[in-house]
Amino acid sequence: MTARSVSAFASGRGLSIRLLTVLLVLAVVLLFCASLLVGPAALGLGESLSALFAGKGGPVVLVMQEIRLPRAILGLLIGAALGLSGAAMQGFLRNPLAEPGLIGVSGSAALGAVLALQTGLAAAFALALPLAALAGAGLSAALILILAGPGGGALALILAGVAISALAGAATSLVLNLSPNPFAAAEIVYWMMGSLADRSFTHVWLAAPLILAGMVALMTLGRGLDALSLGEDAAASMGLRPGRMRLVLILGTAAAVGASVAVAGAIGFVGLVVPHILRPLVGARPSRLLPLSALGGAAVLLAADVAVRLIAPDRDLKLGVLTALIGAPFFLHLIWTMRRAEA
Amino acid sequence: MSMGAISGNPLLQLQDLTVLRGSRRVVDGVSLTIGPGEFVGLIGPNGAGKTSLMRAALGLLPHQGGSNLAQMTPGVRARAAAFLPQGREIAWALSVADLVALGRTPWGRSGAADAAVSNALARMGLTDFAARRATELSGGEQARVLIARALAQDTPLLIADEPGAGLDPEAQIRMMTVFADLAAEGRSVLASVHDLGLAARHCTRLVMLHQGRLVADGPPAQVLEPGLLARVFGIEAHIADGTDGLIFQPLRVIR
Repeated sequence: MTARSVSAFASGRGLSIRLLTVLLVLAVVLLFCASLLVGPAALGLGESLSALFAGKGGPVVLVMQEIRLPRAILGLLIGAALGLSGAAMQGFLRNPLAEPGLIGVSGSAALGAVLALQTGLAAAFALALPLAALAGAGLSAALILILAGPGGGALALILAGVAISALAGAATSLVLNLSPNPFAAAEIVYWMMGSLADRSFTHVWLAAPLILAGMVALMTLGRGLDALSLGEDAAASMGLRPGRMRLVLILGTAAAVGASVAVAGAIGFVGLVVPHILRPLVGARPSRLLPLSALGGAAVLLAADVAVRLIAPDRDLKLGVLTALIGAPFFLHLIWTMRRAEA
Repeated sequence: MSMGAISGNPLLQLQDLTVLRGSRRVVDGVSLTIGPGEFVGLIGPNGAGKTSLMRAALGLLPHQGGSNLAQMTPGVRARAAAFLPQGREIAWALSVADLVALGRTPWGRSGAADAAVSNALARMGLTDFAARRATELSGGEQARVLIARALAQDTPLLIADEPGAGLDPEAQIRMMTVFADLAAEGRSVLASVHDLGLAARHCTRLVMLHQGRLVADGPPAQVLEPGLLARVFGIEAHIADGTDGLIFQPLRVIR
């Protein structure tokens, strides 16, 4: 094969990636609109859209601008954050079973939120819960940096993450266990299921800057993750700094996922399944997988959030429950096909 | 292929390089200089410190003493020396062309179409494999792909840790010929080699390690002498000057 035919081969596949990107962007846009248009208040299409851009007005404007718009924006941002950080985590650890919560950020953020609910702080002022969750995420990131040591090793990171996750989980159980107030306990359990219902622009303003900053940091890892496909020594000898990459990974994930958990609770399986599905479609290159996983995550979460409203409009089906319900069997199916391919 | 303008300066200069593992000196005061146009075979029994020497020389392992490569920033070093680690890790089902193109990482943005990539594929006889998934190849084929990746890095010096392990005879000879060709072009290669017959035949120079120390350094015929072979490797060998160069055949264990 000549240089030209190698290049033709590469660009040929580039085309399909462009097509995939376009399709995912379209899906995200459509699902974002669907998220705006589906809800218990049966509003007409034209009515909804005009209310969205109206300056001031009645209840329709209120529903669109204060309830549905922030919900859709959070679905978009959190889905993208989960998809992207899942892809980055899998790329860094070179393990398709890695997920954003692996380093303990989600568990610790949840612990912070649970403490806020239990102590009644969350009832005292509105932002206490997300702020406590963010503090939990920040603390866990600091702890994991100390535990995992100065190098760029994957194993130390996994072990430290497992330890912190277990600790945060145990502490959360302890809070529930000793909770004198059954209402607080019920509230905690519901919160931990993950949901985007009844979120306001206050939540958006709190989470969006952190999620976006975290995503920007994670996006810079692409080239390094490609090189890491060949191992830490090979990557280091190609000019990468695995230690610095790990720092960016931890801080980026803590910001993006910590802020997501802070406003929406724990939403599982999106960060695990989305990169897994998209990987074969992008020639397995981690750098290509990052942006597409962000789009894919946004699409999946927006779709799930529309689905909870359609499936059980009056039962408050929790988003995290649905993603796990769909995600787990899907994942089993993937494992099944993988096993057959290996046999 | 472009050459780094390093004429005159050594490509690798180790000064009293020492690596400690606990209190054990796995590399013990090794000084070594490699100039352009050399194919240096690093030989020694298992545990002699070959891998540690190479990793420390690149700054991938904490060490005492000096290495010109370890003093460079990672970005500069990646353009001065390529490294083929012993562990042959390929994490994802990348295409062979994409994997080999990773070698271009230190040189900024460039894709699979880069001439250095197609050159490296051709040198390792992998051109027809370009579109295949690397993880679906056999172990020996994967090893050739990883060598091609290091070649695509297009550096004045290539450091390779047991690049020939798992290769069939044709691929082994092909690899040694590629390395010798690189040396003839004015680049240099430092490769740890267990097959002393191949090392004797293709290397321009051999460096022998024993218990972390450099015990011999010179042309193959000088380094592969009965006394050293007995002391360091514990073997006896038949050594002859053939028409095609040095012929080395290990015969028996003597301890």
